[in-house]
Amino acid sequence: MLPFAPFLIPLVAIALSLVLFGGFVGLAGADVQAVYQSIYRGAFGTWFSWQNTLTSAAPLMLTALCTALPARLGLIVIGGEGAVVVGGLAAALTGLVLVDANPWVALAGMALAAMLTGGLLIGLVGWLRHGRNVNETISSLLFNYISIAILSFLVIGPLRDPETLNKPSTHHIGDTHMLGALGDTSIHWGFGYGLIVCLLLWVLYKRTVFGFAVDMVGGNVRAALLSGLPVGRIVFLVCMMGGAAAGLAGMVEVAAVHGRANTSLNAGYGYEGILIAFAARHHPLAIIPMAILFGGIRASSGLMQRDHDLPDATSLVLQGIIFILILASEAVFARLAKRQGSAA
Amino acid sequence: MSGDTIDWITVLIAVFGGAIRVGTPFLFVSLGECLTEKSGRINLGLEGNLIMGAMAGYGVAWISGSPWLGVLAAGATGVLLGFVHALLCQQPRVNDIAVGIALMILGTGLAFFLGKPLIQPSAPHLPALHLGDWSDNPALRAALEINVLFIVGVILAPAMAWFFRSTRWGLAIRTVGESDDAARAMGLHVNGVRMLATMAGGFLAGVGGAFLSLYYPGGWSEGLSSGQGLMAVALVIFARWDPVRCLYASLLFGGAGALGPSLQSVGVTWGYYLFNAAPYVLTLALMIAASSTRVRSGMPGSLAAR
Repeated sequence: MLPFAPFLIPLVAIALSLVLFGGFVGLAGADVQAVYQSIYRGAFGTWFSWQNTLTSAAPLMLTALCTALPARLGLIVIGGEGAVVVGGLAAALTGLVLVDANPWVALAGMALAAMLTGGLLIGLVGWLRHGRNVNETISSLLFNYISIAILSFLVIGPLRDPETLNKPSTHHIGDTHMLGALGDTSIHWGFGYGLIVCLLLWVLYKRTVFGFAVDMVGGNVRAALLSGLPVGRIVFLVCMMGGAAAGLAGMVEVAAVHGRANTSLNAGYGYEGILIAFAARHHPLAIIPMAILFGGIRASSGLMQRDHDLPDATSLVLQGIIFILILASEAVFARLAKRQGSAA
Repeated sequence: MSGDTIDWITVLIAVFGGAIRVGTPFLFVSLGECLTEKSGRINLGLEGNLIMGAMAGYGVAWISGSPWLGVLAAGATGVLLGFVHALLCQQPRVNDIAVGIALMILGTGLAFFLGKPLIQPSAPHLPALHLGDWSDNPALRAALEINVLFIVGVILAPAMAWFFRSTRWGLAIRTVGESDDAARAMGLHVNGVRMLATMAGGFLAGVGGAFLSLYYPGGWSEGLSSGQGLMAVALVIFARWDPVRCLYASLLFGGAGALGPSLQSVGVTWGYYLFNAAPYVLTLALMIAASSTRVRSGMPGSLAAR
């Protein structure tokens, strides 16, 4: 295979997507070159836009892990959205209980509660898959809807702060307990969490016996069972780690952005995470640049709307095109691998 | 509502009417999904087909003045998206679930993008049959206002079951869905059959979308679909890959979806959002119950093999 194929092919796919997208907005009557410039300016052009991009990338890194980790086992979990929602809800509730505690204790409690709830949700998906043979894609999708319904019910009903009129929300966790920014930037600590979690998981996969066992289960379940690996426990744990990452994204959204739990939690971070996981070929380190790229698209969508009068769905179209070409590039990978196989 | 007691008859009638109205798009997407899955492929992108169909159907109906042309256009966009799905899936190592999610994002994005100018104008609606004119009860009359597309769907479900059971083409689709090798041994073109099944399934999902914009809830807006296309996959599992059971399942899901609004209409507002989750909880419970027997009767073999 080409030496840099794992990096090169997705990059070519993204470049091709940008060309196709240019054709699309051109047909829609926009000035193509100016649109490209706006995307660049809005995403990476200035320090201000870099800060926006990295802030948007923070939850995306974490939700991508929710799909990428179970993918190593051959499972396709799409429950990131639900894990963000329940994680954010648990974080807000914990924050309200610990409202008088030391800020460090409160933040740690919120993060733990979010990771535990998100982890249990996706862990349940894994357990249902292994123990009861329930398709993990469908069950995680259903959990998304159920989680959103529970969130809507709670923030509109029993947990509602009566002062939130337009957007029903829980009570505020208190300004002193909000997650701070990195240094003197406007990037909140969620970005740091994302980086640390991606790095830790990479080490776990690459350098530990556990990572080896995961790859073994992903490679051949029967062989893993025969060699005495606790496959059920591994499936549960890996799914739980993925869910915990997405749950942490929910905590970040609550503790760093909104200060409350409300329906802004299901802003599509979970679904975009699926796309990023596939674009990064489920590699924890590759998720970091991919999340920054897609964070940039998110950050530039406002500028695209303002400068070119394009609808807000424009960035959705770009995401869709990129996702499709990335998947098509998988086929190129497969062909290359096959050629290499027959040459050897 | 009389005093403190809830008018259960009204709730029941409203749920019944809602089952038909809310259930019709479920019926079309689930029949489409059933057709695709029988050929051995899962199309999770029908949500994209549904939203695209809703937008295209509304646009064409508005421009041409004919809602039926709109339905046709909606189906055509579904065929197109189905074609892209099938084309990508037949490449080596490309995962059909991932392609489905990609097409869901692209279809939704394109529909929102192109549909921007359609939010204001009002297109002609699909006609409905007034089967309740004999009754004095306004609730019952409203419930029995049945759309023509629903009747088409009701006829289509047993027709599709017959198609699978008794026609050469039906056998071809089932064989391809059961085993690639067996199909090749029979001289069938596996990818070709799957492509046709995915495109036809896409057509039906597009028609389901046209129902959303041209009848109920009607109009074009970005919040038109609430995940009916994604639910199709769960519905087909629920119906165990049987078109006639897809009809029952769609009505059940429609009824479950109508429960919250129906209770709200008689003044019960508590737990509105929890009732909205009823269809999802129901599907999950049924999937867990169905899997415990370890036998997935009706599941196409090539889906079970993974």
